[in-house]
Amino acid sequence: MAKPKVAFYWCASCGGCEETIVDLAEDVLKVVEAVDIVLWPVALDYKLEHVKAWQPGEVTVAFINGTVRLSEQLEWVRLLREKCPFVIAFGSCAHLGGIPGLANATSRAEIFANKYHRSPTIDNPQKAVPLISSSVDGHHLDLPEFFKDAKPLDQVIPVDYYLPGCPPPPENVAAAFTAILENKLPPKCSVIGVDKALCESCPRNETKPDDFTITRFKRVATSTPDPEKCFLAEGFLCMGPATRGGCGERCIKGNMPCRGCFGPTPDTLDAGLKMISAIASHGEADTEEAAKAFADSLVDPLGTLYRFSLPASMLRRRAMAGAEQ
Amino acid sequence: MVDQQFEPKIVGFLCRWCSYTGADLAGTSRMQYPPNLAAIRVMCSGRVDPTFVVKALQDGADGVLIAGCHPGDCHYSEGNYKAMRRYPMLLNLLDQFGIDRRRVRLEWISASEGEMFARVVSEFTQQLKTLGPLRWPHTIEQFCSPA
Ligand code: SF4
Ligand code: FES
Repeated sequence: MAKPKVAFYWCASCGGCEETIVDLAEDVLKVVEAVDIVLWPVALDYKLEHVKAWQPGEVTVAFINGTVRLSEQLEWVRLLREKCPFVIAFGSCAHLGGIPGLANATSRAEIFANKYHRSPTIDNPQKAVPLISSSVDGHHLDLPEFFKDAKPLDQVIPVDYYLPGCPPPPENVAAAFTAILENKLPPKCSVIGVDKALCESCPRNETKPDDFTITRFKRVATSTPDPEKCFLAEGFLCMGPATRGGCGERCIKGNMPCRGCFGPTPDTLDAGLKMISAIASHGEADTEEAAKAFADSLVDPLGTLYRFSLPASMLRRRAMAGAEQ
Repeated sequence: MVDQQFEPKIVGFLCRWCSYTGADLAGTSRMQYPPNLAAIRVMCSGRVDPTFVVKALQDGADGVLIAGCHPGDCHYSEGNYKAMRRYPMLLNLLDQFGIDRRRVRLEWISASEGEMFARVVSEFTQQLKTLGPLRWPHTIEQFCSPA
């Protein structure tokens, strides 16, 4: 039997998800033995025309990472969806928007102004910004459109499975491959992984008292967490209670509180709001003034509570005053 | 500019023991107040997850009222303190989303304070008329590219 064919594609991302394939180390050889990688922009040269020429179903599965930010990416992912029976949102950006999704806290106009006008290293007296189509001295240039917002993959195409994480741990990638090869996939549209909250598998859970109070939030930038105690009980915001486990607790082991890259547990509609609910129970504040001081000690709630999930949150993005030009 | 034609939609989460009874008293005492609030009876203000509030705003409410027993009077002793702590944190978050914090209001209304309930609803309705409609999906549409 011919080996199943697999495609990898990246949208707006840092490349870490691609790195995770490389991090399979010797296991990558097993993958290559079992499947043919037919598209992998980070490693192999390939053009859109080649993909257009695929027979539908010829390539079994597309692993797509990154958030959809450009019209070019939209074209690619639509094409891959058309050709492949399975599409997997690979990593936090494709799953929830990820770090590039934080751009939904500002507007395209602001992004362009910062990048092309305000940046101190830019000399741009004409205040030019990238245009979809421009002509200069008889030369014509077409560029992909930079969308107004960042979109997780399932906001633009139907997604069959999600592999969470920033990046997904190599063990989970290997397990997903095995599930595909052995045809032992979970029900469609599910996240491949565990459903329980991270706290349940966290090595620090034993140190988490049943009842504890926090007066002020501490930040890892300005205080060093104890290497063994539950971060939350020590006053560091840890997304563990509202975040899906199965990540291997890599951050926790590195003495860094959970930042939520695996996204909300299946019964959570919105991870950020769930966290507010959870932490408010622990705040030591019995007056309105104290409650306000406690709340204010959580600096940048939007960036902290939705570090990886802003475009997939209930409100999706920030509304800016005035209109988008 | 205040659009007097605009009738704001308010979702009110009222705790069963105090505020809902207070609202009931306003009704049975035939107090006059605007009909803009849809009351949802919950067991305690501590049961009002911020998710409920945001879901209401996202689904078309222009404002949300959370009302519970006065501090110290919660039927479950601590519930309203939870509401009290969640509230400013939620407001800080709404600021960052670009939603005016005056659209979400927390009030302590006892079972005997029918008059206060009527006043809060009147004031809040007026406030929301000044703020205008929220229309969240429509508001963010201009900052999203069609998919
Ligand atoms: S809050 Fe964080 S540190 Fe504490 S048990 Fe949960 S995941 Fe572990
Ligand atoms: S029962 Fe009224 S606030 Fe808890």
